[in-house]
Amino acid sequence: MTDTHNDKETAVDNGRRTFLGGAVGVSAAAVAPGLVLHELAQAAPRTEPVTDLHRWGLLIDTAKCADGCRACVEACEQENGLNLQTRPEGADPLKWEDQRAVWIRKVKVQDNISGHVTNLPLMCQHCANPPCVDVCPTGASFKRADGIVMVDRHTCIGCRYCMMACPYKARSFIHEKVAEKLTRAPRGKGCVESCNLCVHRLDEGDLSVACADACTEQGHGAILFGDLKDPNGPLRQALRAQPSRQVRENLGLNTGVRYAGL
Amino acid sequence: MARAMHHGGLVVFGLAGALWALAAQAEVVGGFVVEGSKAAGLENCVEPTEYMRRNHMELIRHQRDATVHDGIRSTKHSLAGCVSCHAGVDDRQQPIPINADGQFCEACHDYTAVTLNCFDCHATIPEGSDWNQATAAAHAHMGLTGLITEGTGSEGQSK
Ligand code: HEC
Ligand code: HEC
Ligand code: HEC
Repeated sequence: MTDTHNDKETAVDNGRRTFLGGAVGVSAAAVAPGLVLHELAQAAPRTEPVTDLHRWGLLIDTAKCADGCRACVEACEQENGLNLQTRPEGADPLKWEDQRAVWIRKVKVQDNISGHVTNLPLMCQHCANPPCVDVCPTGASFKRADGIVMVDRHTCIGCRYCMMACPYKARSFIHEKVAEKLTRAPRGKGCVESCNLCVHRLDEGDLSVACADACTEQGHGAILFGDLKDPNGPLRQALRAQPSRQVRENLGLNTGVRYAGL
Repeated sequence: MARAMHHGGLVVFGLAGALWALAAQAEVVGGFVVEGSKAAGLENCVEPTEYMRRNHMELIRHQRDATVHDGIRSTKHSLAGCVSCHAGVDDRQQPIPINADGQFCEACHDYTAVTLNCFDCHATIPEGSDWNQATAAAHAHMGLTGLITEGTGSEGQSK
């Protein structure tokens, strides 16, 4: 019974929180449509700093993810210049495959008992509580206000703590000089990088990501991109309609990428 | 006394000489805009030229943080912008890397003994479309307009 007493003392008054949430919701509702209309009507590059009115995320339906298909991976490589990496002369091809930067990995999971195989693309999960940010000694690993977890390569010292901390093996290190790069995707030796949800697109008001586009084009439609904070948007609707999970949800990271059929 | 005057005169003359030399140098600095670049056909830089000569590094650095951390891509001080306007072209109208010998950024930095590592990562010629307005418009698609509807609430609300 003392427990109950303690509970009362320490328990969070959820009523108050709900009230706060509601209040925030109301003001957000008043502000967001204007902002959003602006974004969509002009698809103009951003003039204002990103805010937490949106949180970008993905829903991946593993049942629709085809075995052997690499459309999302290839689209990501094209979009973000990863295909321009070249194997250093004399480097072992297998080792190079291991070392070259990738933002999406196709992963195949087999249930040992049933033999059931699940395919899924695994990229940065854009955690709300990202361990990579916690361990970064320079603040280069950071979470943008709109939930995108990325590396500021101007402050990254290449220590790779974040790579160790990431439970999803989502980050890559650039081991070699990069001769050719795209204007939209600078890249150079000595820094860590990972999926940034095609941030260059979002910032120009083009609300899409290359991997989801490619998957849709292939007719699979396994990847849905959207705003986790928009209760009536397609992402939240899809999340409501079917059960989904976070990979390693036991870690309590609150990932922005969710998986159905896992 | 006379000697002192004499010395004073020398010193004054020396200073004036130095100033004159400086002024002459200040005139020499400039003219870095390379033939064939977009800039060569334009009157003005993104800010007054004199200001750019002295402060471009501050502008770029500020833009860098604004872009990377706040997603702001509307302002005119982007590094991609410098490259696209200032890169020269060769005889076959192919762009020349902006940090190559004698090219815009390099010529002046060589003269002023500045070394940059920016181009270890950043493209030195306009390469691949920047994700600009043209590509974004060509890409307006996939019913994403429905993505954001009114009443964007906080997550707290959904509890
Ligand atoms: C739209 C084209 C354009 C863009 C973008 C642009 N510039 Fe310029 N810049 C010019 C022009 C034109 C001049 C020459 C102005 C003059 O003659 O007074 C110039 C001159 C300069 C000068 C003086 C050169 C000299 O000869 O002394 C510097 C330095 C400079 N720009 C740096 C930059 C930097 C850094 C950026 C990127 C932040 C940039 N510019 C972006 C067009 C541009
Ligand atoms: C290790 C790689 C790396 C180095 C070195 C580097 N950058 Fe960047 N820079 C990036 C990446 C990655 C971005 C993000 C690109 C994006 O999202 O468009 C970026 C973005 C920028 C931007 C915003 C985009 C633009 O084109 O305006 C600016 C400005 C910038 N960097 C300036 C610099 C300057 C100045 C230096 C040198 C002092 C430098 N960077 C060195 C990787 C690098
Ligand atoms: C008119 C001469 C001139 C031109 C042209 C010029 N710069 Fe500079 N730049 C300088 C000088 C001088 C400095 C060093 C200032 C200092 O040390 O305070 C400098 C410094 C910089 C720095 C800071 C370097 C550091 O280590 O912090 C950056 C970044 C830079 N320039 C970028 C550019 C780019 C990009 C271009 C080409 C688009 C360019 N500059 C063209 C004269 C020039």
